Amino acid sequence: MAYPAGLKYTKDHEWVELSGDRAKVGITDYAQKQLGDVVYVELPEVGAILRQGESFGTIESVKAVSELYSPVSGEVVDINASLKNKPETVNSDPHGSWMIVVKLGHPAETAALLDAAQYTDLVR
Amino acid sequence: MEPVTDTSLKKTPLHARHRAAGAKMVPFGGWDMPLEYSGIVDEHMAVRTRAGLFDVSHMGEIEIAGTDALAGVQRISSNDASALQVGQAQYSALLTARGTFVDDLLVYRLAPQHFLLVVNAANTEKDFAWIDNEIKTAGDVVAVDASSRYALLSVQGPAALDVLGSLTEIDLPGMKYYRFAHGEVANVRATVSRTGYTGENGFEVFVPPQSAERVWQAILSAGQAVDLIPAGLGARDTLRLEASMRLYGQDIDDTTTPLEAGLEWIVGWKKGDFNGAAALREQKSQGPSRKLVGFEMLDPGIARHGHEVFINGETCGRVTSGTQTPFLKKAIGMAYLPIAYAAPGTEIGVDIRSRRARARVVPMPFYRRP
Repeated sequence: MAYPAGLKYTKDHEWVELSGDRAKVGITDYAQKQLGDVVYVELPEVGAILRQGESFGTIESVKAVSELYSPVSGEVVDINASLKNKPETVNSDPHGSWMIVVKLGHPAETAALLDAAQYTDLVR
Repeated sequence: MEPVTDTSLKKTPLHARHRAAGAKMVPFGGWDMPLEYSGIVDEHMAVRTRAGLFDVSHMGEIEIAGTDALAGVQRISSNDASALQVGQAQYSALLTARGTFVDDLLVYRLAPQHFLLVVNAANTEKDFAWIDNEIKTAGDVVAVDASSRYALLSVQGPAALDVLGSLTEIDLPGMKYYRFAHGEVANVRATVSRTGYTGENGFEVFVPPQSAERVWQAILSAGQAVDLIPAGLGARDTLRLEASMRLYGQDIDDTTTPLEAGLEWIVGWKKGDFNGAAALREQKSQGPSRKLVGFEMLDPGIARHGHEVFINGETCGRVTSGTQTPFLKKAIGMAYLPIAYAAPGTEIGVDIRSRRARARVVPMPFYRRP
């Protein structure tokens, strides 16, 4: 699966879709392949304040539990509640299965995120 | 990331097949084994609805023979091996003097005084050393670690009979549960038993290691018609847990007894003395203080091995196994609870990474084959 050029990426295998002062966050195709079948996603409450690199939830496959790390600092303004009942969409459509939307607290942080080419190199 | 192969790990005769098929490999009990091929959920569902093929060649095989072989087996194994006819197998346990598990195993009666024990991979060396020592006083009997002489394939699922039946003259439809027979599978000398670790109808096939690839390929080919797929240890674990089968190292170990684990039916009370018998009789007369129970999560979250269990705010045990089951689509698990709280319907709390989630004790098995 190709990594969309419109997204930014982290070394922890999250993707970020930036739009104004909002960042939509999910996990990459590489991450979902490593996890295997996703059966549970635990997300924060709307209103939670996150720092960059902080855990914002957990994702569980049949075999393992992994932390989800926020690529940016800010306030959680939306969560994807549909993942509660359909966690398997993270496997079938990882780059479409957003998890949280963060209102950026420190927009300058986003400069250090990887672009699609850099991320593709990282996971090659 | 480069796949790393730990050269200290043992490989089954089918290792190259697993790698070539793109299976995700993991170390397990000292072996480099396939965790999953197409995915745990896919493989689990295949076994419940069609058929799956497992390589379980990592399991240990120990043979016991001699004119006093029955006496030797009766000493080391908790179940009553005298009840076995030749061609029959039974689930049993090796027990310490305290009545706790050294291992759980299957005992096959190959001949009146010749038995085959199939033990957990990680325990094979420990079990062999222990058995070798324990049977010395039983008379004319020897134990041999024959693990390298067997590859073991497991065909499981409602279509397993049709798939395997097309490759052998052995009367599989007439084979009862926990019976076995010798013959040929795909023109390879084989022993086939109607056993498994999935809660599904299925067969296990013992073949010489050098012929394992041929039989594996023949089963995959014959299985195409029913969409049989290869399955790994991940699905093996979720299947056995859904069927409430205990896993050594998690649900049973050298701190727990068959009575506590709900396995009193593998204790041969009437057969006289055996390892651990005195301790078990003592525990039976007092009644065990705790019991292995099954539970279902009521709150969101998945209980995992090691999570603490609470009742009325007090820690009272730990989860031994837990997962989200692909077929029942529930988060389930097992835990040892004080007898007073072991009845189905009891509400318990499970600490899932510092969050207290409610669960309820339910009867086992979670899944029973229709």
